[in-house]
Amino acid sequence: MIRFIQNLGKSTRISFTKLGRASYFLIQIISGIASVLVRPRLLLNQLYSVGVLSFLIITISGLFVGMVLGLQGYYTLSDFGAEETLGVMVAASLVRELGPVVSALLFAGRAGSALTAEIGLMKATEQLSGMEMMAVDPVKRIITPRFLAGFISMPLLAGLFSAVGIIGGEMIGSGLLGVDEGAYWSQMQAGIDFYDDIINGVIKSVVFGFVTSWIALFEGYDAIPTSEGVSRATTRTVVNSAFSILGLDFILTALMFGDN
Amino acid sequence: MQHTTTQDTLVGLFVASGIVGLFFLAMHVSNLSSFSDQDSYVITARFENSGGLKVKSPVSAAGVKIGKVTSISFDPKTYESVVQLNIDAKYNTLPDDTTASIFTAGLLGEQYVNLEPGGSEEYLKSNGKIEITQSAIILEKAIGQFLFKSAEEKK
Amino acid sequence: MVNSVSSQDNLVSVRNLTFSRGSKKIFDDISLDFQRGKITAIMGPSGTGKTTLLKLIGGQLFPDHGSVFVDGKNVHQLRRAELYDLRKRLGMLFQSGALLTDMTVFDNVAFPLREHTHLPESMIRTLVLMKLQAVGLRGAKDLMPNELSGGMSRRVALARAIALDPMMILYDEPFTGQDPISMGVLVHLIKSLNNILGLTSIIVSHDVHDTSAIADYIYVLSEGKIVGQGTPEQIQQSDSEWVKQFMTGAADGPVHFHYPSKDYVDDLLSIGKRY
Repeated sequence: MIRFIQNLGKSTRISFTKLGRASYFLIQIISGIASVLVRPRLLLNQLYSVGVLSFLIITISGLFVGMVLGLQGYYTLSDFGAEETLGVMVAASLVRELGPVVSALLFAGRAGSALTAEIGLMKATEQLSGMEMMAVDPVKRIITPRFLAGFISMPLLAGLFSAVGIIGGEMIGSGLLGVDEGAYWSQMQAGIDFYDDIINGVIKSVVFGFVTSWIALFEGYDAIPTSEGVSRATTRTVVNSAFSILGLDFILTALMFGDN
Repeated sequence: MQHTTTQDTLVGLFVASGIVGLFFLAMHVSNLSSFSDQDSYVITARFENSGGLKVKSPVSAAGVKIGKVTSISFDPKTYESVVQLNIDAKYNTLPDDTTASIFTAGLLGEQYVNLEPGGSEEYLKSNGKIEITQSAIILEKAIGQFLFKSAEEKK
Repeated sequence: MVNSVSSQDNLVSVRNLTFSRGSKKIFDDISLDFQRGKITAIMGPSGTGKTTLLKLIGGQLFPDHGSVFVDGKNVHQLRRAELYDLRKRLGMLFQSGALLTDMTVFDNVAFPLREHTHLPESMIRTLVLMKLQAVGLRGAKDLMPNELSGGMSRRVALARAIALDPMMILYDEPFTGQDPISMGVLVHLIKSLNNILGLTSIIVSHDVHDTSAIADYIYVLSEGKIVGQGTPEQIQQSDSEWVKQFMTGAADGPVHFHYPSKDYVDDLLSIGKRY
């Protein structure tokens, strides 16, 4: 029993020190933003590897998620004779929840794990301390551009995911199952509010982009500099990002859609 | 150099498509395009009971959405419900004897304000008032009345 | 603690340095001096914290006690900007080369120039080609680091380390894992760069033969202490048992072949017993 309490105390202490290091790291990242903006080339390179390379997986997944929503929504709604509202259902689920959440999860798996592995390997091969010895701050030069790229890419990717998904739902709904196309769009426009739904969805994806990039970069930077350490850090990135995304989604949803 | 230009192009395409996606959501999916607050005018209607009407409920005439409800408040003097309607500026030819009623879309659907134009030559102006209103039909009340009536008939 | 500034001809002096990692003492109150314009070697078996010493000199780690003076400045009392200014005048050659894997050889050597100077691209090109020529790899400028052999990437890293014309280069195990030819090339390069550019060099190594061929002065470290120091000749003739064993590579001596354990016979006989 005492052993258990001791272990609990120990793991609390460890997680607090880790949280402390992560917060300090975040401050370092943010203090480097100005120096990155002066050199947009650094940011552009990272927008390529973080954003462009995630583009395909996000759009294809978005299309399929939208198509599935179209099918399932149609079957459920037609039981109540309410197929006309398919558009609202597809759009609301995508814009409010699935767009930000699923694209963030995919982003963590595609870009987040790649970031952790890249930074971890740079640490393991002494590239980061090499840079420090060349009087170049690795956080400013390497980490901050990647963080900004993730932060910028995430809402764009989530927007793409939702847009492609809504089109996928329309393809199935009115193309295949015969929901009136006009009703699909007009019901959607009547039911989806710009501020309550779209802006809130974008805010969610901004938060997810921030948290996922932070976790991925921190795990890479904090990894034990061996091949085993890096592979563990990569796993932790995906797991921790998924937990944070889903947990934060609950909190944000409660805050945003609570008073209605 | 070739490498960086293709990269620039791809990043440009990515950012552009992301913005197009968000723009599509804003203009084509949400109600932003169909209605904005700038080009609209306000009229007020007083109801005995506004039922389940909510802020942002649609206002329609002849089945077409022409505006939305912007506020609902209780007047402590007349014990009425004061409903503010934002009407799209395009539709500025509503007669001043227009009737406002609260209807329900379908049996379980949302409640909305329906405007029934009258025959007056004068048009409603901004901050105008609708004099003739018909309150929301409260389902429980209606059922109660119906049951009461049929019981009376049986006697 | 000795706070006086090191004497004129010592570029680096380490005073009463103590550093521990966890409960293990890596350095226990050691003092070393590195003379200007000379090649000083730090030798000792693996795991004696030789790389740690370089990181302490470069200000990447902080000691528990003691101080490190580089060019008269106490490294660990400098503010961040001052430390970075100092590091611009230091070159460090990492064991793995530490080349940035996402850039070509050319861009790697140009990296410190682009980060710290505002030279026009044409001048950077000239400088980079000069540095690459010095290490004999001008022809490899368009290769990526993963296309280089171990010896070549170390030479590229060396070109990068001298890009800003530093006053001192720290070499971390430059000879480990090299074939005899690359080793010969590196030994020659280190020696000639030191003489031609008037550098000060600190070499950390456990390679006895090649290091003593180019070093002017040698410190031998073991278990956090200095067990021997002197010119290569003095070290060769050292009467310390420990230094003798290290220099000749004998299997047994003060450093035992066997990991500390209980008596062999007892251990064998205790098989089957639970303990």
